Amino acid sequence: MYLRNDSRPQGSRLSLRVAVVGGVGVALFAVLFFRLWNLQVLSGDEYLAEAQNNRTREFKVIAPRGDILDRNGEVLVDNRTSLALQLNTAKLPDDPAEERAELARLGELAHMSLRQVRRAIEKGEEVAAGAPVTLRRDVGFDLIAYVEENQDEFPGVAVQRVFVRHYPDGTRAAHVLGSVGEINEDELKEPEFKGLEPGDEVGKAGVEYTYDRFLRGDPGHTRIQVNALGQPTPGGQLVSQSPTPGDNLKLTIDGDVQAAGEGALSARGLPGAFISMNVDTGEILAMGSSPTYDPTVLDEPTQAQVNELYRDEVAAPLVNRATEGAYPTGSIFKIITALAALENGKITPDETVVDGGEITVGEQTFQNAGGVAHGAVELRRALEVSSDVYFYLLGLDMWETNELQEWAHKLGIGRPSGIDLPEEGETLLPSREWRNQLFKEELTERPWSAGDNVQLATGQGDLQTNPLQMAIAYAALGNGGKIVTPHVGMEIEDAAGRVLKEFDPRVRRKFRIDPGSRTAILEGLHAAAQGGEGTAAGVFGGFPIPIAGKTGTAERPGHADQSWFAALSPYPNPRIVTIATVEEGGFGAESAAPAVLQILEAIYDKRASEVSSAGGTE
Amino acid sequence: MTMYATRTRNARPEPFTVHVGIAERLGLAHMDWPLAISAIGLIAFSLLTLGQATQNDIPGDPNYFLERQAIYALLGIVGMLVLTRIDYSRFRELRVGIYTFLCASISLVFVFGFAARGSRRAFELPFFSFQPSELGKLLLVLALAGFVIDGARRGSEVQRTVRYLCLGLAPAALVFLQPDLGTSLVFAVATLAVMYFGGVPWTHFAVIGGALAVLVALVLVVAPATGFPLLKGYQEERLTSFVNSDEHADGAGYQQNQSVIATGAGGFTGRGDQATQTRLDFVPERHTDFIFAVIGERYGFMGAALVLSLYALLFWRALRISTLSKNAYGTLVAGGIAVSLLFQTFVNVGMNLGIMPITGIPLPLMSYGGSSVLATFLAVGVLQSINVQAHLSQKGRFAW
Repeated sequence: MYLRNDSRPQGSRLSLRVAVVGGVGVALFAVLFFRLWNLQVLSGDEYLAEAQNNRTREFKVIAPRGDILDRNGEVLVDNRTSLALQLNTAKLPDDPAEERAELARLGELAHMSLRQVRRAIEKGEEVAAGAPVTLRRDVGFDLIAYVEENQDEFPGVAVQRVFVRHYPDGTRAAHVLGSVGEINEDELKEPEFKGLEPGDEVGKAGVEYTYDRFLRGDPGHTRIQVNALGQPTPGGQLVSQSPTPGDNLKLTIDGDVQAAGEGALSARGLPGAFISMNVDTGEILAMGSSPTYDPTVLDEPTQAQVNELYRDEVAAPLVNRATEGAYPTGSIFKIITALAALENGKITPDETVVDGGEITVGEQTFQNAGGVAHGAVELRRALEVSSDVYFYLLGLDMWETNELQEWAHKLGIGRPSGIDLPEEGETLLPSREWRNQLFKEELTERPWSAGDNVQLATGQGDLQTNPLQMAIAYAALGNGGKIVTPHVGMEIEDAAGRVLKEFDPRVRRKFRIDPGSRTAILEGLHAAAQGGEGTAAGVFGGFPIPIAGKTGTAERPGHADQSWFAALSPYPNPRIVTIATVEEGGFGAESAAPAVLQILEAIYDKRASEVSSAGGTE
Repeated sequence: MTMYATRTRNARPEPFTVHVGIAERLGLAHMDWPLAISAIGLIAFSLLTLGQATQNDIPGDPNYFLERQAIYALLGIVGMLVLTRIDYSRFRELRVGIYTFLCASISLVFVFGFAARGSRRAFELPFFSFQPSELGKLLLVLALAGFVIDGARRGSEVQRTVRYLCLGLAPAALVFLQPDLGTSLVFAVATLAVMYFGGVPWTHFAVIGGALAVLVALVLVVAPATGFPLLKGYQEERLTSFVNSDEHADGAGYQQNQSVIATGAGGFTGRGDQATQTRLDFVPERHTDFIFAVIGERYGFMGAALVLSLYALLFWRALRISTLSKNAYGTLVAGGIAVSLLFQTFVNVGMNLGIMPITGIPLPLMSYGGSSVLATFLAVGVLQSINVQAHLSQKGRFAW
């Protein structure tokens, strides 16, 4: 059917075609109406939420970490604000050449090479993919002004006010305080860091780690309205929730005692450690390790500093030798041998033993230090003059039983102490079981022998322990059988100084020590420290406070003798245990004892010479 | 006007006067008022939306788009009224001239046109840029309807179908090369519509439909696979991204996603000045291709449904006029215009609502743009002319 013009098209055929088109039109409009209804009326709320979400950006406002104070309220760590140059890599130009140009410009500003910038970005992406990468901290105001004036040239670059840990006393208590750093991917998965995001700072070591949840605080948020390009719109600040600063942590550490201990160690110029602890509560008054380090350099160490901090395995400044060391202790171990022997009835305090200067066990000969023969000695005298033979014989007496090990174990040697620091090293209490197992596995050439126990009785041989464990053992002697939980965290305070939480960890174990045994041993220790022939009398003879103390000279394979000193003060009712050790420091009285003296002087705040005429005060 | 009635051959005529109203003088007497109202209602809505939603687009000139669109609207309404008074049948006689002008103007764009976003489709004139392909939508219908009527008795049915197809698809191909995929599709649809109302047999359409399916498969699947892509990358991405726009949330799908979010966020009553999606630049091209999303967000379902209803009214009146026409030419022209308006409306609104691909077809009478507004008003003017002529001819009016 084709049309003639000027005549009306044939009615019925045309109306069919028109009707079909009309039907299609109705159908298409129906589709549009239905879709419109669906979008706006049925799912309108969802899209509204999406639109709201679209137009706002949330910025995190970092909360300052809480301060860390010593027990007297003296600041050990606080914050200072610093300006950091940050780069949001998602906003870098897509074009590689443009990106390269921007990074080069940035590098020039930050005094970094293009390679350094790229490496910083790579490193940042590894730690926390997607979070802004901090290129440089502590940038100057002139640089910030330049970047802000030239925003167009630096898409994605922002200046962020960040809080940086500030240590008013430099290296003081560095090992206790620990450090903070950006949370890493593994940490993000841990329950204690729940709710944190990449880029957040958390405690990495020391009390910064242990008490992180108190110190951390809650970040605030600022929500601003942005346009499609992500640029803030004028007057578009919607909500601002200010951050909640972290709470302050008060430590049991006494800053003055800490300083004295560190000074004493560094004066020796040798690696070593010290600890001073309340024997009843486990509060640690001071704890330190030498060599130490400046925590501020952990942030952005130079290559030389990296070598010094991480690569030097001998000096190992990051290691807290007080809790992570693993040493034989020499004679300061003898109190444990004495306790084991007394409590197991191997000997009485007054029983005499003839010290001929040496004994021979099997093919091995064990000598007193310097080969001196002390003659007939009972317990007090054996401790005073540090007769090795006396204790060798006790060790020999107990070698077939497990009694020495049982007591050492009871007193915490070779066991985790429960201290509130993440750094606690592996230690070893040698025993029959341990050596025989090694022998079975063919890792040693002989099974357990009497010689092993003889060595252990004087803190030699395979014993590997640290000042902390020895402090716990001495504390137990001092307090009559309580194994305390050593701790450095005392309480959590808010900014106004109100106490929010106190840490008072309970006694871990309790056992009976016969008062007679305890008194006898303490008498022996007092004589050793301040008696006429005491091994440390030369050091403590003039100290006005009566103390009980023991020198130790540990033979450490491959090293010169390690000097130890353990002191319980005041005698006879000790409240504080103080232990120091100096690697390769020689005899106990040579370097460790003077270090302990310096600590005790700080604790009792009296110079030995000044009060010597006043006589004993307690 | 004075008329003379004669009672007897020699009698002096006795003068009497007929008072002709202003409507008659302007040729408005036999206008289709619902059609006029829908067209003017739509342009009014366009002005309202542009006035409110583009305040901050041109710094320092809050009414930039509003003022210009208002001028185009005025010109368009004047053009519509002028065409209403002209007998559209004269366009049939001018078909060769119209067709030549159509092809020439589109071709000249390649030479004199200015390039915008990688495509040459308009001449830069003082005050506004003229896009021949917009007016071409109307010109193609006018010319092709003429060819169909004229060639009704020449050649076999197949020859005629092929001839019409070639005549229609030639300008469509030129537009496609600008490149302007959307407008070339409108040309193709208008061509098919005119043929359809011209009585081309259903079987021919079936064959054309089959060929089209093969072509689409070739362009979208086979050609890229063999390494000879016919579509430009962005064109293909736009055409296919709407299938799963979330997957393309950064690229082509982004615009559509944002447009859907904007429309949905409008809810039933709209967000007014809280319409952040459009106010904060999330919706691209909000004064042109995505203006419907702006309406959806600002005025909600009530506003958007009102606009859709006006389009439905426009389409219905146009289709109705095709049945009233005094001659076959008018039927073909009205049908072609009706279908191309329907097509543009559906594709654009569907694109805004995320159910049609992004093709860059403006929304008639709503999107900002002089050429489109003017051309659409002229098309409405032609429809009015058909209606007026039908009434004047007093021939076979049947009611719908």
